[in-house]
Amino acid sequence: MHPVVRLVAQRIALGLLLLIAASVLIFVGTNILPGDVAQAILGQQATPTALANLRAQMGLDQPYYIRYLHWLFAAMHGDLGKSLANGQDIATEIQGRLANTLFLAGVSAAIIAPMSIILGLISALYEGRWPDKVLSGITLAWVSLPEFLLGYILIYFLAVEYPIAPSVSTVYDSMGFWAKLHAIILPVMVLVMVSVGHTMRMTRAAILNVMQSAYIETAELKGLRPFRVILMHAFPNAISPIVNVLMVDLAYLVVGVVVTEVVFVYPGMGQYLVDHVAKRDVPVVQAVGLIFAAVYIGLNMVADVVSILANPRLRHPK
Amino acid sequence: MKRIPLLALIGLAITTAYFLAAIFAPLIAPYPMGATPGGSWQPASAQFWLGTDSIGRDLLSRLIWGGRITIAIATVATLLSFTTGAILGFTAAVVGGWVDQALSRFVDLIMSIPSLIFALVVLSVMPVTVVTLILVMGLLDSTRVFRLARAVAADIVVMDYVEAARLRGEGRIWIIFREVLPNSLSPLVAEMGMRFIFQVLLLSTLSFLGLGVQPPLTDWGGIVKENKDGIVYGVPAALYPAIAIATLAISVNLVADWVLNRTTSLKGGRNG
Amino acid sequence: MADQGARALLEITDLKIEATAYPPGEPPQDITIVDGVSLQLQKGRVLGLIGESGAGKSTIGLSAMSYGRGGVRLTGGKILLNGQEIRTAGPGKLRRIRGHTVTYVAQSAAAAFNPAKKLMDQVIETSLQHGIMGRSEAEKRAVWLFDTLGLPNPTRFGNRYPHQVSGGQLQRAMTAMALCPKPDLVIFDEPTTALDVTTQIDVLAAIKEAIRDTGVGALYITHDLAVVAQVSDEIMVLRGGKMVEYGPVDQIINAPRQEYTKALVTVRQIEHPEKPADAPVVLEVDRVTARYRGTNFDVLKNISVELRQGQTLAVVGESGSGKSTLARAITGLLPPTKGSIHFAGRELSATLAGRTRDDLRELQMIYQMADVAMNPRHTVGTIIGRPLEFYFGLKGDAKRKRIQQLLDEIEMGKGFIDRYPAELSGGQKQRVCIARALAAKPKLIICDEVTSALDPLVADGILKLLQELQKVEGVAYLFITHDLATVKAIADSIAVMYRGEVVRYGPKSQVLSPPFDDYTDLLLSSVPEMRLGWLEEVLAHRRMESAGN
Repeated sequence: MHPVVRLVAQRIALGLLLLIAASVLIFVGTNILPGDVAQAILGQQATPTALANLRAQMGLDQPYYIRYLHWLFAAMHGDLGKSLANGQDIATEIQGRLANTLFLAGVSAAIIAPMSIILGLISALYEGRWPDKVLSGITLAWVSLPEFLLGYILIYFLAVEYPIAPSVSTVYDSMGFWAKLHAIILPVMVLVMVSVGHTMRMTRAAILNVMQSAYIETAELKGLRPFRVILMHAFPNAISPIVNVLMVDLAYLVVGVVVTEVVFVYPGMGQYLVDHVAKRDVPVVQAVGLIFAAVYIGLNMVADVVSILANPRLRHPK
Repeated sequence: MKRIPLLALIGLAITTAYFLAAIFAPLIAPYPMGATPGGSWQPASAQFWLGTDSIGRDLLSRLIWGGRITIAIATVATLLSFTTGAILGFTAAVVGGWVDQALSRFVDLIMSIPSLIFALVVLSVMPVTVVTLILVMGLLDSTRVFRLARAVAADIVVMDYVEAARLRGEGRIWIIFREVLPNSLSPLVAEMGMRFIFQVLLLSTLSFLGLGVQPPLTDWGGIVKENKDGIVYGVPAALYPAIAIATLAISVNLVADWVLNRTTSLKGGRNG
Repeated sequence: MADQGARALLEITDLKIEATAYPPGEPPQDITIVDGVSLQLQKGRVLGLIGESGAGKSTIGLSAMSYGRGGVRLTGGKILLNGQEIRTAGPGKLRRIRGHTVTYVAQSAAAAFNPAKKLMDQVIETSLQHGIMGRSEAEKRAVWLFDTLGLPNPTRFGNRYPHQVSGGQLQRAMTAMALCPKPDLVIFDEPTTALDVTTQIDVLAAIKEAIRDTGVGALYITHDLAVVAQVSDEIMVLRGGKMVEYGPVDQIINAPRQEYTKALVTVRQIEHPEKPADAPVVLEVDRVTARYRGTNFDVLKNISVELRQGQTLAVVGESGSGKSTLARAITGLLPPTKGSIHFAGRELSATLAGRTRDDLRELQMIYQMADVAMNPRHTVGTIIGRPLEFYFGLKGDAKRKRIQQLLDEIEMGKGFIDRYPAELSGGQKQRVCIARALAAKPKLIICDEVTSALDPLVADGILKLLQELQKVEGVAYLFITHDLATVKAIADSIAVMYRGEVVRYGPKSQVLSPPFDDYTDLLLSSVPEMRLGWLEEVLAHRRMESAGN
């Protein structure tokens, strides 16, 4: 087998293994830690009978591994269980929300990727001069703020003082594409701002790292135009680290989305998760946690696969 | 004494000021933590420098008290994550073999789930107390410290001077504390600043989501949560903690940058 | 180009090159790297630039392309290329010169080739981009150059990626890349330094032939006078950025005028009479075989050597011969799979963990890179003092007195005890490592390439010191090296290693006299000698031999 195929297959297998392990971790985290779910739901004054009934109803009287396997197989068939808080089927509730979250994250990613590459390139080209310093200063300020604070600052200035966008991102199914886009202007801005700083800095570092290689000096000493040096010699070698950084940072959007949705009361997965954590609704937390972990693991896996594919040493073995 | 660059000096000064304010909060806060001396959301005045909050408490005092809790919890969590992460990371690098493999794979697993999501999952079943918060925040973050400490130590362990020490017959304690530690201190100290900031942000986020510090105590994230409804009426009360967090984060970043640069220039000076 | 007959190809006058240094914790300082250097090169001639590290030779070489590496600035003087001033030329004009009129061959071709592109595309890129020739013509020329440079399969060689060919081949490919656009001048920057000695001779011969066939002028930069003597018409000796001596190669080699040049010419001519084999044996390696974990081939195969008290055994070989692995097996870092090691009359445990403190103390090691062999956070006093404390329990004044005694022995005197390694020169660092080994009062010191990272004159000093210490302390050395000149200077007996085996072993006089086995013959005849015409002699000799077979 070609080594690249083997490595990619290995990496995908590792991703699946990690996902299984993560599901165990989530299950263990919600079950074996001190603190009794039934007690937590019913409170300290609950009668022993009520506790026993609830435990039986939730299947808590079965051995852990049986419950885990039940849960995992059901999840693999699309059955994520029922919410404890309102008895609704979780899979049905999630559908629309997942689409909303993917819409928000997708629009943000579509802005983040080109923006960080372009800004990173500018920063690298003007290393140490004013465009680099200005960009580095602005992005340092952005990454120093948590998402929710950035959200309220934007609401205060762009929705209240100079109203150009709605402060609450209400979306529903019958809305048109552009109306939806208008509704999520501010949350997208927040996600872009918190991500671009880091992604841009890493892109800059990746380009500078390649630009310091001896083969770039060789290209310069060949009397090539700067544009050709960057396009033909730097870019093919920088693409793998840049894609890697992008994927890892897009995976991090998972976290940003949770908080941003709460700030803008956006009907997505993040808000759903936070609501149900507060209600100690374990099945929902498990299900949503698993989906977030899957997305995160998946994107990190894509990052590694791209690195493998972009490596000339692996593509053209001796 | 080496010359400290201006930016690092500013960062150092602001960071120190924040920590002093946290320690001496009872002396400098104009009002006690729970006192309600005014009406709801009064504008800034001579009596209330930053105005009052949603139920009439002095915002400046709330910020000082909230900062005390934010900084205290973040500091303890950082210390916890550093002791755990660094000791395990060094051990993994120096001992190697299956110990290294087991620890590293476990850390890979924990890090395959984003910290915030993991924290939310755990906090959905655990009682939310200050101790739980510190444990969850500290242990989750110790995975990152582990990776850094292991990577730094792994670079040092292959150096000839460590081999020379092993050939001399030195034990693991000498190798970890006399050979590895002095050479990995600077990157770890710089990382400590970054991890501290991360803890401040994580704690604020959790509190904002209602899963962090619980009333009657409050932290900066909690103050945002209490006052967020004012934003749409043009009351900026929820923005003040933002300024506090941002200035602290930037200051610590500046100090960490300086520590890191000092290390690199020290390395560069080895030939000179 | 008839009008260029009288004009020099390259004429540098009173060149001054500066850079900015950033000492930690201090304001940046401007330092002068090259000062007042002038030279002239005619078309078709080769000028050798020689000097130790920090002499400014590479910097001068690159100035012929008006290029300053890493913030280096060409601040004064004239650089005339074909009569045109290029030091102050603008970027557009420099682009037309670089890669067209002047090309460059770097020391590490492995790093200088773009890993993502095929060799052919990189070799002909300049010719196409500068519009010198069309693709098919350029490819034809590249194939011809591959052939001239002795590369295997010249027609298909260019389809490979850089990581798919060996170091020696890459170095030749880089030469082809430099010659392809038909330049007037090529700068060779230590093109053979990173290669093994048996590979070096082939690359050297290939470069010399290619220079002759294409008629270019060349600047040949190296630290090895014997190498440069083979390819140059003239030599300039540099030291600390200043010119020491400049003249025809014959005069520099055979009648140097300056003291420094004389020292360079006579370096590595230390004479060491072989000691009689009557002392008791201190180390006996008996049929040792070893392999690294997780691999399926032996890196050491059935090795047997012995070393007598107060004597030196040199283990010679090229990279990959297993000579450093032998040291690891003896020290216990790589337990042998077969065989035994006897030391000072007892059998050593195969593993490090199984050895007694006396085993460890009596067997010390000195490393190639003194830089990384000392903890940068420890002072010289701590570094030398630790074995005293660890093995002999010395403390306080007694320890400090003994440290000073050891510092005196390595000729470093007072004032070093509280310094850090970063404050020492390369030679001083290696001396401190020697003192650390001596502090343990060892019976045997393993010296792993201890002089190969040092400039020749400094290396000479270290070798003399080691010999002096052997006389005084009676310690035995196991001396691992790839450099035969060092072997001649220090050994009593020699083991030649090749691919994990000892191919020749015995007293020095016997190993270095004919009849030779094939490998030892190849190795010995590949070491450059400091006389004119040596390269041609060897090549002619080898052609004769292969014709005879």
